[in-house]
Amino acid sequence: MTAPSTNTAKKTATGIPALLKTALVNAVIALVLFSLMVGIRTEAGSDGQLTYWTRFGEVAALVAAVFGGSIVIELLRQWIGPTGVEKLVPPVVQSGMSFVGRYLAPALLFVTLLVPVIFYDQRYILDLGILVLTYVMLGWGLNVVVGLAGLLDLGYVAFYAVGAYSYALLATNFGWSFWVCLPLAGILAAFWGVLLGFPVLRLRGDYLAIVTLAFGEIIRLVIINWQELTGGPNGVSSIPRPSFFGIPLDNSDNGLAAKLGIEYSPTHRIVFLFYLILALALLTNWVTIRLRRLPIGRAWEALREDEVACRALGINTTTTKLTAFATGAMFGGFAGAFFATRQGFISPESFTFQESALVLAIVVLGGMGSQLGVALAALAMIGGFELFRSLETYRMLVFGMAMVLIMIWRPRGLIGHRAPTVYLTKAQAISSDLVKEGHG
Amino acid sequence: MSGDTILSVDRLTMRFGGIVAVQDMSLSAERKKITALIGPNGAGKTTVFNCITGFYKPSGGTIRLSHDDGRTIALEKLNDFRIAKQAKVARTFQNIRLFPGMTALENLMVAQHNALMRASGFTFLGLVGAPVYRDAEKHAIGLATDWLRRINLLDRADDAAGNLAYGDQRRLEIARAMCTEPALLCLDEPAAGLNARESAALSELLLSIRNDGTSILLIEHDMSVVMEISDHIVVMDHGVKIAEGSPREVRDDPKVIAAYLGTDEEEAAAVMESGS
Repeated sequence: MTAPSTNTAKKTATGIPALLKTALVNAVIALVLFSLMVGIRTEAGSDGQLTYWTRFGEVAALVAAVFGGSIVIELLRQWIGPTGVEKLVPPVVQSGMSFVGRYLAPALLFVTLLVPVIFYDQRYILDLGILVLTYVMLGWGLNVVVGLAGLLDLGYVAFYAVGAYSYALLATNFGWSFWVCLPLAGILAAFWGVLLGFPVLRLRGDYLAIVTLAFGEIIRLVIINWQELTGGPNGVSSIPRPSFFGIPLDNSDNGLAAKLGIEYSPTHRIVFLFYLILALALLTNWVTIRLRRLPIGRAWEALREDEVACRALGINTTTTKLTAFATGAMFGGFAGAFFATRQGFISPESFTFQESALVLAIVVLGGMGSQLGVALAALAMIGGFELFRSLETYRMLVFGMAMVLIMIWRPRGLIGHRAPTVYLTKAQAISSDLVKEGHG
Repeated sequence: MSGDTILSVDRLTMRFGGIVAVQDMSLSAERKKITALIGPNGAGKTTVFNCITGFYKPSGGTIRLSHDDGRTIALEKLNDFRIAKQAKVARTFQNIRLFPGMTALENLMVAQHNALMRASGFTFLGLVGAPVYRDAEKHAIGLATDWLRRINLLDRADDAAGNLAYGDQRRLEIARAMCTEPALLCLDEPAAGLNARESAALSELLLSIRNDGTSILLIEHDMSVVMEISDHIVVMDHGVKIAEGSPREVRDDPKVIAAYLGTDEEEAAAVMESGS
């Protein structure tokens, strides 16, 4: 491992000619790209004819920026040293890190519990908190499939949609309460998870990813086209709001506020939703942590590490994969039911591939298999996205660059190491170099 | 070969398209003995192994496993994981297949999956923390600890399997197979890549496993190991059995020497004559 990296270190440290050469190559590539993308601007003229004009000044500026930037990056790289090498961390920093690591999760949970108290008057922050927690829950659900079992699922949004539509349709058609529909939504989503699992059992890697992607699209298309049941593109509206175990959270005489004898405020419902999704997310987390320590969870991780060895040990890989799909799908279904009751209106537009990609990005960015990592990644992705809102057009650009930087510095996610599920004397974190990503 | 056979392979044939890898191969392994399967590279040893352990479905022939309790199981009709689960045949691999990102202890816990799965009420009892499962897990950790002690890796129990030295990984893989509590243990070149000291330790481990009552079927190139521990040796070349017998008989068989030297029988006999 160390031998090749010292080689690259020697190569990059060869001095100014190599530096200029790299910068020149990058500048030429930039010139080729930007001369068409930026250099020539075309537009439809007033009569519909093609008009164009050139912007060589901007091209020159961009190429110069790339040239200068390459030199700066190269110099930075030489200064920092080669990437992918284990650096010696001073013991003080190390003990500090482990201190932070031990108390970060409880501290985060504590702060989360207090958010509705601190920001009671700020509807925007509460809504954002609910959104972040929804993605934390989705991330934890997908983590079972992708992080633990190593099965790349690009169609996770399908289960989210199944859960949302299950609740919406059961509640609007039969008038069943949220607390009855929630388990049903989970069971239905798990059922679809198994249904998806069967045909893809033999597939691995890219093939599995493509079929799951298609599955996500199929569910969305069925929802759009099955107008009698789902209302098609118009969606389902006036979905009942959740009740506090039967007591509605509204301004009526039977409402919770009236019963408690306090003044009604619409914020009550938001706070209730906040704690509801927090409870659901924590349930997901608790179940996942427990499952990891049970034989089924160990079999998932073993499956990710080596499927052939699993078979040689008498592990039924078929049911193991199906349970992973079903468990992940069930949590997706819970989150979907919550989404439907929060929005009060759902349509197929909420369940596009972009959602699947976002949740997968959260899992990958967080570090596959790490619960805390996924929570941090959801906070960074959803919260960070809102943070950059003031940048308007450049928001995606800044966001993309931030993600690229994180992937350079932490290629295996924010928390890449793996914690063992059982130990004799001391639980030692396992380096991400050893942990497999799974084959599909 | 008389006595109590645990495994009898009868006229096993394995074809891959037009290529016949194994042709009418018959062999039997005695209970609580070590049977070695040897032969030059490409003789078809691993193919026979893969047929016995369910990784290939044989094109023809039968494979019978008889358990202590008198049950006889047709291995060629079982597939995949069922051979390990129901027939209690465990195997190791020529290129080590541990779970590198899991600790040594976890590797041995995964091997006890089926027993623990039953104890955890197929996850539901375990999820609520039922005492039945906690006892079963304690027992499983105990078994794993015993094996770690036996293979001298107790102090590395909480290290990732991928971080262990090569020889340690070999021993851990055998321990993992033994944690499934098999009736027949199939080892595919367990001594490959080991130094002399490690090979000697391996021989000792295999003999102790045999003395504890597990039958062993072994593929091996390291002749010092094979000759030292085997009770019975079967020699293959070009997909057919060319000789079998005790280590002494096989060592002196001109056909075996010819196969290994790549010459014909008369030449080998002549070499032996001039040598002795």
